[in-house]
Amino acid sequence: MLAYIARRILETIPALLIIVTMTFFMCKYAPGGPFDSERATTPEIRKRLEAHYGLNDPVYVQYFRHLGQVIKGDFGPSYKYPSRTVNEIIAESLPNSMELGFYALLTALALGLTTGLLAAMFHNRFLDFAPMAIAMLGICLPTFVLGPLLILFFALNLGWFNVSGWSEASDRVLPALTLGIYYAAYVARLSRAGMLDVLSQDYIRTARAKGVSELRILFKHALRGGSLPVVSFLGPAIAGLITGSFVVETIFQIPGLGRYFVTAAFNRDYTMVMGTVIFYATLIILLNLIVDIVVVWLNPKSRFE
Amino acid sequence: MGNLFDATMKFAKTTKTAILASLPIITIIAGLTGCSGGKGGAGAEKSIQADVDAQILKIGNGNEPQGLDPHMVTGVIEHRLITSLLEGLVGEDPMDLSPINDGAAESWDISEDLKTYTFHLRPEAKWSNGDPVTSEDFVQSYKRMLTPELASEYAYMLHVVLNAREYNEAKITDFSQVGFEAPDPHTLIVKLNNPTPYFLSLLTHYSWFPVHIPTVAKHGPVFERGSKWTRQGNFVGNGPFNLKEWSPNEVIIVEKSLTYWDADSVRLNEIHYLPIESETTEERNFRAGKLHVTYTLPLTKIPVYKKENPELLRIDDYLATYFYRINVTRPPLNDVRVRQALTMSIDRKSIVDNIMKGGQKPALSLLPPNTAGYTSKHKQEENFEKARELLAEAGFPNGEGFPNIELLYNTLEQHRTIAEAIQQMWKQNLNINVELVNQEWKVYLDTQQNLNYDICRAGWTGDYVDPNTFMDMWYEGGGNNDTGWVSKEYEALVDQAATTADKAARMELFQQAEKVLLEESPIIPIYYYTRFYAINPVVKGWHPTIFNHHPWKHLYMEASKSSSGSAATMSEVEVKSTASAEAE
Repeated sequence: MLAYIARRILETIPALLIIVTMTFFMCKYAPGGPFDSERATTPEIRKRLEAHYGLNDPVYVQYFRHLGQVIKGDFGPSYKYPSRTVNEIIAESLPNSMELGFYALLTALALGLTTGLLAAMFHNRFLDFAPMAIAMLGICLPTFVLGPLLILFFALNLGWFNVSGWSEASDRVLPALTLGIYYAAYVARLSRAGMLDVLSQDYIRTARAKGVSELRILFKHALRGGSLPVVSFLGPAIAGLITGSFVVETIFQIPGLGRYFVTAAFNRDYTMVMGTVIFYATLIILLNLIVDIVVVWLNPKSRFE
Repeated sequence: MGNLFDATMKFAKTTKTAILASLPIITIIAGLTGCSGGKGGAGAEKSIQADVDAQILKIGNGNEPQGLDPHMVTGVIEHRLITSLLEGLVGEDPMDLSPINDGAAESWDISEDLKTYTFHLRPEAKWSNGDPVTSEDFVQSYKRMLTPELASEYAYMLHVVLNAREYNEAKITDFSQVGFEAPDPHTLIVKLNNPTPYFLSLLTHYSWFPVHIPTVAKHGPVFERGSKWTRQGNFVGNGPFNLKEWSPNEVIIVEKSLTYWDADSVRLNEIHYLPIESETTEERNFRAGKLHVTYTLPLTKIPVYKKENPELLRIDDYLATYFYRINVTRPPLNDVRVRQALTMSIDRKSIVDNIMKGGQKPALSLLPPNTAGYTSKHKQEENFEKARELLAEAGFPNGEGFPNIELLYNTLEQHRTIAEAIQQMWKQNLNINVELVNQEWKVYLDTQQNLNYDICRAGWTGDYVDPNTFMDMWYEGGGNNDTGWVSKEYEALVDQAATTADKAARMELFQQAEKVLLEESPIIPIYYYTRFYAINPVVKGWHPTIFNHHPWKHLYMEASKSSSGSAATMSEVEVKSTASAEAE
């Protein structure tokens, strides 16, 4: 097991190197630069600016400088926000995204697993179709529709919550629901499928034949295997959730990392793009590794593979 | 086969059940959001009343600012923040933005030749840390602004000063040669290259604002990028307000400064700037009473406001023009007759009335009317018959043989709609085919700069209130020309205007220059911009101005009768505006 983990960690190095390289060259060769604007400054000032950030060095020099920065974990100042560094921006916005992601994840699991289990228990009956229909709706309803709907009803009509913002504790509710419901829908469908698969296995039939109660079968025998698809889904889902959602953060005006991740590309804020991409990539790789370990732990069969 | 059939039937059944099961939910959501509870309205009114009592103004500010260092930023939203924290030599009249002695200088003398300005600073003016505001502060700030290594993008705003450009471009290294002098702590002398009639109006731009050099030095290098002096807790300013809180992407709060020389006349206690990027989110905050003034409004909301709550809607003229650039280096657009035909065959009124609907006015000249007393005498015509004749003269009778040309715009819904309308007009009036191409913002800027287009969408906002801000961009090789158009005649006229002291003669030169520009048609003016936003009537002293500047020290909040009930009726607006508008 340890050897497996060590191998997996070593594998991430070339993966990250490829990501750094590709991001760097995509930035470099995308038309337009960080200092292009509708209002061009004088050519002399522009040259000074580019010199300051080392943008007129040969590309390979810039590449190795960026690589050095990545290794040191110091991405330098943002081009768009000259008085702040990329590290600072990530450090102050990530906790907000993580907090939102955490609540959204709780919502997703609580709602998703419950409906998924219910649906599996009452397979092909009303309690299966109805929750699954809702789940289908949840998947189909994009966050940019669901978010405004929730705001209109709960914030504007009922006045229970703020329309947007991140200063009060109650400001977490609507964005967490918006983001959570979307993931809950997936969790529900995956857990239902997983449970149905397990519930048709011989050992469940054996348990039933032995007169084990249905609840005990469900929670003691079936849940562990039935939740496997959900666990595999959770790796990338968690990475997506805690690094923030551009749409939800924009609708609810949340100071999270997701917005920086997207706008950095629009601004050609090279250092910010590099910083967020590397950070995001590392996180995904790490979470996938954790998920793989958990899957092995949950499913003894895969230990032999 | 049977299995497949069963599965299909089962799927169909499930889908049907799913649709049936979800129907009530959709109905409930639609029903609930549709009916107006009015509770949000009552809550909104309460929170606005609380803000009025506390004199706290909450405004939408569009986006997170690049920063608060006046020497490092270039945007409009930054202007709104910096003018509350720092103060330049002159103030702005809250009604028409003309320069008045409401700033750091209590008076000034102008020399006979209009090239030397002597400012007398207020002896009582203080920085927020108690230091007096001196003429040396200004000189050092200008030195910082012009230092080549700082690479301030707006440094060219100072190039009107003697030798400023030379210092900025490192052609001279001795700052004492630049036209700034501080003979005593309260006198500042500025020497200009030319009589510059708009000089005082330039001074209201933040690039001319002073910074507290010892504070900049305390938190990083002074003459290079990277000082952290603008952070919450570090900031020292001389403006009517002090920085209280800066939470990126959340809020910037400024509070009334007690060290400000005119603190007695400042009535607001706090201003909260909310950097809300999404127009719809911002508008919802306004409806909930969390904002008193929005930065903008979604275009779809303007008709709704016009109908339901016209007293909350403001549409102000803005010193900016929406136009198309023509790449005059490419045939057939290198033929002036073709360019004239294109500009003549657009029905601008139909565009502003049917597409924009935000009070914009059709533009037949580059400069918006009444720019510092200048209104273009020469206008482009709209004459479809004449356009066809010109096109025929250029060798394309009824559009025959006219090659397909491309119309480029940056990716945005309203630019697309306008481009489609114009494409249609050209097809109908000239029988020529235009292909629409859209590009992401930075790609579009790059394409435009490299003259890689035929015709492209553009916009220009004045930097200061003077025709020059629109006229000096069409020089050969100018960074904002981007059309390939060169006219020695035009440049001579604008050059001559720069050195002409007599106001009427100067305006006449601009008239002649604009005539050349319009006749040569390297651009197609389309409309003059407006600024539209929602404002609660409790905000007083907020006058319509062409830069959307509203000097903060003159604003205050007062509950008036007209405001009561407005919040409640706003929920009615909600009912009328559909969820589809929200989803945009």
